[in-house]
Amino acid sequence: MRFSTLEQLVELCREESVSIGRLMVMEQAQETGKTELHVIEQMSSYYQVMKEAVRKGLEEDTTSRSGLTGGDAQRVMNHLQNNTSSLGSEACSALAYALAVSEVNASMGRIIATPTAGSCGIIPGVFVSSQIRFGWDDAILVNGLFAAGAIGYVIANNSFVSGAEGGCQAEVGSAIGMAAGALTELRGGTPEQAVHAVGLALKNSLGLICDPVGGLVEIPCIVRNGFGAVTALAATDMALAGVRSVIPSDEVIGVMLEVGTAMPEKHRETSKGGLAQTPTGRKIMNRLYGKGGTTKS
Amino acid sequence: MRFKDVFSIIGPSMIGPSSSHTAGAVRLGRIARQIVGGLPEEADIYFYGSFADTYRGHGTDLAIAAGLLDCDTDDQRIREALRLASEAGINIRFHKEQAMGVHPNTAKMVLKRDDRTVTVTGCSIGGGNVEILNVNHFEVKFTAVYPTLLIFHADRPGMIAEMTEIVKDGKMNIGYMEVDRKSRNGDVLTVIESDEAIPGPVIERIESLSNVQRVCVIDLTNREGSS
Repeated sequence: MRFSTLEQLVELCREESVSIGRLMVMEQAQETGKTELHVIEQMSSYYQVMKEAVRKGLEEDTTSRSGLTGGDAQRVMNHLQNNTSSLGSEACSALAYALAVSEVNASMGRIIATPTAGSCGIIPGVFVSSQIRFGWDDAILVNGLFAAGAIGYVIANNSFVSGAEGGCQAEVGSAIGMAAGALTELRGGTPEQAVHAVGLALKNSLGLICDPVGGLVEIPCIVRNGFGAVTALAATDMALAGVRSVIPSDEVIGVMLEVGTAMPEKHRETSKGGLAQTPTGRKIMNRLYGKGGTTKS
Repeated sequence: MRFKDVFSIIGPSMIGPSSSHTAGAVRLGRIARQIVGGLPEEADIYFYGSFADTYRGHGTDLAIAAGLLDCDTDDQRIREALRLASEAGINIRFHKEQAMGVHPNTAKMVLKRDDRTVTVTGCSIGGGNVEILNVNHFEVKFTAVYPTLLIFHADRPGMIAEMTEIVKDGKMNIGYMEVDRKSRNGDVLTVIESDEAIPGPVIERIESLSNVQRVCVIDLTNREGSS
């Protein structure tokens, strides 16, 4: 790839007068020696999996293997359909779709890691709800996935995307930044605005710990995907309105690395702290694995 | 760059719930299978860090078993993989281990097939991406994103030149290469990552070199077929 920072990414887009999504298609084809058509087809097949996961999460039983979670996406949809949503229909449907995909994930269904499985709901939540709202063709969303991928590529290589390494900020935070940047571009924002959206979104998840109850990608991961989708929409609105990330987005990514590295081990997917070690968290762990806290053979 | 391309960020298509614990583990199992040369009869899997703590809930045991069966990350059989592995004749055991200084998601896999035993240690670095860190006590570092040749050979002058000459003749481009030897004049493992699928004649010619003990190809994009 010819870029390793968001600044370089914006500069390349400006020089070549292309969108972030379009640039990423060309870079990917160049990097892998495959045709553009080939890489677009692969991304397109991924988008179909995302849409299918949204549908499945809203229509089928999503009780997880542990039995701890499932059915929340359907609850939120019912709430929305009763006209009782506080968010309003657009944001509330993004929330419901994000929960749907995350619940499919927890129930060992098929999803696309974006960038991880623990954060797999945010991009589909934002993309599928926006597609319905704006009447976009799949091709537009597929291009948006390349934009999201370009942003994630920079984040992953300069910081991290796994909760075990950097806390939930690295997973859910990265996904929010990717979704916000991509949606900003899809809504007509410039590459520069898209990158501001990334910085705005990431700033709002700094310090978010990874504290899964019983070590499972369920509690609090699923609801954080729902919140994440809504945050991505908010970051997009700020960026399109002209709000800038005063701290450049590349520097925010650097801060995520700093904060994640400084996070104690117990707050990085070990289940030794945070929500996992509350009285209820411990009770659930004991129920799942027997006395003694963590899993037992 | 730890993450190579757009599909290491968007993707893989996978069976949940965890890209590190499930999808990454499928890939680790599959790489180990390719190194031992097919379906193992015995498999001892040692989990470290978060793998050890949460493997049951995340299906990491199912995922490794699925990889040993040559499943890809989105194969529906992952859910049933322990039963299928047992039916396929793999005697598979899982062990929880503790060690300092390892990546939080690390697995050591000791596989036996026919008279061969291989030990493969790898970690799952996020988003389904993996790094192999050790093969048969050789310290290496490769991701299996690209087709990769592992060449076990003796440490003799001129070996690298002979191998790279064959690679050049086969019009194969080396993306990355590393060599680790246990001692001077001892055994060596050379790892070569290729941009494209590795041509059959290249493999055969390297295998026929007198100081080469064994060559194996790791290619997660290829199906082996049933075995």
